[in-house]
Amino acid sequence: MDIQMNSIEVKDLTKQFGSFTAVDKVSFTVKQGEIFGFLGANGAGKSTTIRMLIGILEPTSGDALVGGYSIMKQPDKVKTQIGYMSQKFSLYNDLTVEENIRFFAGVYGLTGKKYEERKKWVLKVANLEGKEKLLTNSLPGGIKQRLALGTAVIHEPKIVFLDEPTSGVDPVSRRNFWDLINDLSAGGTTVLVTTHYLDEAEFCNDIILINAGRLIAQGNAKALKTNYIKNTILEIESDRVVDSMGILEKEDWVGETSIFGNSIHIILNDNAKGEADVRDILTTKNSINVHRVDKIVPTLEDVFIHLLEKDKTNVS
Amino acid sequence: MKTIYEFIIKELLQFKRDKKMRAVVFMAPILQLILLGYAANMDVDIVHTAIFDQDKTATSREFIKNFEESGYFAIDYYASSYEDATELIDMGKTIVVIVIPKDFEKNLNRRETVSVQTLFEGSDGNTSSIALGYIQGITNRFSKKIVTETRDKYGVNLALSGSLTPEVRVWYNPEMKTRNYMVPGIMGVILMITTLSLMSMAVVREREIGTLEQLIVTPIKSYQLILGKLIPFTMIGFIVLVIVMLIMTQWFGIVVRGNPLFLLFTALLFVLSNLGLGLFISTVSKTQQQAMMASVFAVMMPMIYLSGFAFPIENMPKVVQYITHLLPLKYFITILRGIVLKGIGFSALWVETLILFGMGAGILIISSLRFSKKVE
Ligand SMILES: Nc1ncnc2c1ncn2[C@@H]1O[C@H](COP(=O)(O)OP(=O)(O)O)[C@@H](O)[C@H]1O
Ligand SMILES: [Mg+2]
Repeated sequence: MDIQMNSIEVKDLTKQFGSFTAVDKVSFTVKQGEIFGFLGANGAGKSTTIRMLIGILEPTSGDALVGGYSIMKQPDKVKTQIGYMSQKFSLYNDLTVEENIRFFAGVYGLTGKKYEERKKWVLKVANLEGKEKLLTNSLPGGIKQRLALGTAVIHEPKIVFLDEPTSGVDPVSRRNFWDLINDLSAGGTTVLVTTHYLDEAEFCNDIILINAGRLIAQGNAKALKTNYIKNTILEIESDRVVDSMGILEKEDWVGETSIFGNSIHIILNDNAKGEADVRDILTTKNSINVHRVDKIVPTLEDVFIHLLEKDKTNVS
Repeated sequence: MKTIYEFIIKELLQFKRDKKMRAVVFMAPILQLILLGYAANMDVDIVHTAIFDQDKTATSREFIKNFEESGYFAIDYYASSYEDATELIDMGKTIVVIVIPKDFEKNLNRRETVSVQTLFEGSDGNTSSIALGYIQGITNRFSKKIVTETRDKYGVNLALSGSLTPEVRVWYNPEMKTRNYMVPGIMGVILMITTLSLMSMAVVREREIGTLEQLIVTPIKSYQLILGKLIPFTMIGFIVLVIVMLIMTQWFGIVVRGNPLFLLFTALLFVLSNLGLGLFISTVSKTQQQAMMASVFAVMMPMIYLSGFAFPIENMPKVVQYITHLLPLKYFITILRGIVLKGIGFSALWVETLILFGMGAGILIISSLRFSKKVE
């Protein structure tokens, strides 16, 4: 397969539940071997899209090619190309680690030497060597998710779909999990991963953002940062973060504001304004002590917040 | 094949680890059988009886004596006419009137078939059906005695039917115990509850926890998935059946007169229809609770009340009697009672066996198609 080939091509994919449109004419392409981030808030339509791509849910209209096969016309062929880790925990809690591996290997028809080899691999990536007899239920969350991922790709699929694999997992485990995703991608597997953690977008080669079923942005992290926000962003650290934000919001030249830890990010409507204007309002007029004001390159979170705000005003 | 095998192993492992399910499947039947087995001991002690003897001969008097001596019947009245007899019943003075026809003795001596009519106060279906059993028993013994006497006297062998038949259904349950009649039925009910609950819960549970979605994405075919559940649950059902049979024979001392292998074979056919119904329920239920409700109210209750297990079908309204033809449990109980109590086999029960097979296959196919369609 050519490296440049597309693993997934989605064209005007739409899903309606009754009169409610959960996914609205979404189109995108995923290149082979890349990590493709699928971002959006809860209820945005991420799972619904994935469920259509893997053949669990029939699209209302539109089509997609997954591994070269149409999800509408060749759903059985699609199944031979993919691995899937659902949003719910997808292993049997009442089976041991080894029994789970054995069952799913059996379902995928792995036998003999191949089975032994893959079992070893799954145990290694899940960090469970020597713990095969543990009940899956007794494993910590992060390990469980790694085991689930290992099992989902036990048959070495070309494409793997991960639906919120890191939700509810602690930050260190999330980091480890992303290392595993990177390894898979480095090995040539295409990974489509959904998340509502915006910071995880930085680990992806390509990203799409959907809101209320509609695709509102796509591109790689760098392109998103430069293409979608032309306005200056200031990062402000002050004594009273919440009050400062409330005061700045009222100014005409201030666009969206958001809090990041103990600092505020503001997007300027008027790029001519700057540090002096901020200090003037906060310190001079409201006597709030300002520690620093820096012009920053937007983070992806800035971009997403900006886009979601813009989308909200578009809709209403 | 390997896939199905792995499935079976997985189901059995899960069953082994599920303490609650294990208790429901193994302990509940044992308790049910023992409790119901004792509760079913509804033997009637005294049946108040009137006799309408139109023959008034030595033989008819001897026949009546058999009733008096049995200890079950109190001969409270002698009726002198049909009107008299029906009035006794209408006024609630007796439950049963035994009508001995004219020429009772004469016809018996001529070795002709003689019918003895019995009139029942039918409001207490249970007592009357038990009394009926007693009457059948006594009549049969009396008839056997005549046959033996005739043989001793004349050295000829008379066919049993050539002498005396009560105008009622076939005689069985010779010890005249209701328990013998009930326990095989309980066996059928237990097998139904076990296999139906296992199946309806198993698929819905996988849907609830999300593993069903995981399975659907694999290249596994829906027939493999269905067989992967059918086979282990049939196995568990049979273990339960064997336990129940052991309790029946060892604890209650009810012997299986017919072929136990034929019994197991018909049980397999019966299990098919239950697993089919369970699968169907799993396609219409979203949660395990819903599945349990549907199993209990849509399947178990109608089956238990209408299959002839708890109440005699003859006493039901005509419309309801038609409905009973749709219930697999009805045929299975007929077969069970036939094999256990009467010792009959396929030659006498082939109609019920075929119906059971047809229903099992039909329900299973419809449910499987529905399941596959939902899955895809
Ligand atoms: N089977 C369904 N029937 C009706 N509505 C549904 C169904 N599945 C999802 N939805 C709705 O579609 C929207 C998108 O859901 P989902 O794709 O699960 O979002 P996400 O995965 O991004 O959190 C939600 O509003 C959800 O309630
Ligand atoms: Mg989701």
